[in-house]
Amino acid sequence: MKQSRLIREIRANTDKYILMLPFTVLFFTFILLPVLSSIFLSFTDFNMIQEVSFSGWSNYMRLFLDDEIFPVAVRNTLLFALITGPISYLLCLILAWMINEFGKTMRTVLTFVFYAPSISGTLFTVWAYIFSGDSNGLINNVLMQIGIIYEPILWLSDTRYMMTVIIIVQLWASLGTSFLAFIAGLQGVDHSLYEAGAIDGVRTRFQELRFITLPSMGPQLMFAAVMQIGASFGVSGICVALAGNPSTDNAAATIVTHLSDMGTARYEMGYAAAIATLLFITMLLVNSGIKKLLRKFTNI
Amino acid sequence: MAIFKKIGRRQAHSLYGDVFLFIFLALLGAFMLLPFIYAISQSLKPIEELFVFPPRFFVRNPTIDNFINLFQRTNNMWVPFERYIVNSLIITIVGTLGGVIFSAMAAFPLAKFKFPGSRIYEALIIMALLFVYEVTYVPQYVILSSLHFIDTLWALILPAMANTLGLYLMKQFMSQLPDSLLDSASVDGASTARQFWSVVMPNIKPAWITATILIFQALWNRDTSTYIYTEQLKNLPAVFRQISLTNTIATAGIGAAAAVLLMIPPVFVFIFSQSRMLETMAYSGLKG
Repeated sequence: MKQSRLIREIRANTDKYILMLPFTVLFFTFILLPVLSSIFLSFTDFNMIQEVSFSGWSNYMRLFLDDEIFPVAVRNTLLFALITGPISYLLCLILAWMINEFGKTMRTVLTFVFYAPSISGTLFTVWAYIFSGDSNGLINNVLMQIGIIYEPILWLSDTRYMMTVIIIVQLWASLGTSFLAFIAGLQGVDHSLYEAGAIDGVRTRFQELRFITLPSMGPQLMFAAVMQIGASFGVSGICVALAGNPSTDNAAATIVTHLSDMGTARYEMGYAAAIATLLFITMLLVNSGIKKLLRKFTNI
Repeated sequence: MAIFKKIGRRQAHSLYGDVFLFIFLALLGAFMLLPFIYAISQSLKPIEELFVFPPRFFVRNPTIDNFINLFQRTNNMWVPFERYIVNSLIITIVGTLGGVIFSAMAAFPLAKFKFPGSRIYEALIIMALLFVYEVTYVPQYVILSSLHFIDTLWALILPAMANTLGLYLMKQFMSQLPDSLLDSASVDGASTARQFWSVVMPNIKPAWITATILIFQALWNRDTSTYIYTEQLKNLPAVFRQISLTNTIATAGIGAAAAVLLMIPPVFVFIFSQSRMLETMAYSGLKG
């Protein structure tokens, strides 16, 4: 009886399923299937040429016990996820909040200035010239002229500076969708709340932000967090453009650069799939943790 | 202080705060724009200025030699330059059109109706927002290769059409359309597809413009070289990268010219649609 009701409901909604069909096929083939198949492939020695055979946990064993790059990649990715991610999230929020204090024209200009790096595509390669390692590099030259350093610094190949430079450039490029969502969210905060707050004794800008603005922006904060997790765990393009792949001593390796090195350069797809699987699981865990955290701060 | 919109209305904001705000934003803004200005300045430098020591930030005698050189170099490769432009346009236009239309079609039922599977579908979409292109592209490669899409333009176009962010933003925007709008259409006997096309789409213009821009930017800037080996099928980012790969001073001017050229379309598109994007983002909030 229950079964037949379900079938009837499905029949009654055929038109909706048809509308959703093209996207569903694409979504399944290019997002769900890759995620699911990497779980399966991670237990095989698939290399796109030879026949596939099961290899049990050996990819994971190799990853944790016998891969010198993987720990570095994990450390760097965590560095991005735990430091660059939150900093960029706060930067998005603070800048959006500051920009919101201005009138329309100024706000438009400032939005463009801060969002521009996200739309500039490959422009981050220009940073490679700015941080160029010889004395012709812009930063080296300025520092040498002021007299802070006497020898040019190899910003992009010296393992002591590489990650710092990449983090700076990563932050530069990170004011994306979340930033726009915050600007839009701030404009949507009910103004009478501020007036009511002023009567209730809210005095400073920070009190306004903490007690009025943030609590009423919960859904935007949640959306931005999801976008930010995806971006900070996926850091790769900037590392490769600045430090190369592989970088000196693999000091700038991230999970995704390691993954693409193993996958698209060496075709060790089974092994790459194991890396991908761990990455997906970590992202889902972090996501649910952040949701719990945000629920405490906002009225969702 | 006319530029500060609300300060007159709200008390409690100190002048020091305003000054600090202004200086902070100006410094940070300069940092954000630094690579843009540097790239434009480099692209206009004659060769002797690129070699000059100590290096100068701004160009003294601007010239368009680097741009001419860029075109000559790409033309000297055995594929004519127009070929790369055409490939870039095919990938971007087909991928964007398909992506926006297909995601909007799927967003409409999810936004306005409840049916078996709709909740799970929505949860999957929200989960998939995490999986940006960078983290899925290696497993995607396996799928694309088993479907024989590697070394065809489809390898770029098809995955980009499954744009979950576009779908999500459009779905959010559709959710706040008044039901009465749809009801009056269904009284007139319009099918779901008809309602979608003639009632929903015109009313969510800001949202599909936003989706267009997001997909356009991603596809326009995507380097095809991981998926495409045939020179005739490569796009502009791939060929520009080949040219400026060496990262030496000799190609610095040409590389900068390439970066400047690539950057122009997305920047213009954004400037013209900024307010639409913000209008859409106002509904981006994620509950629970």
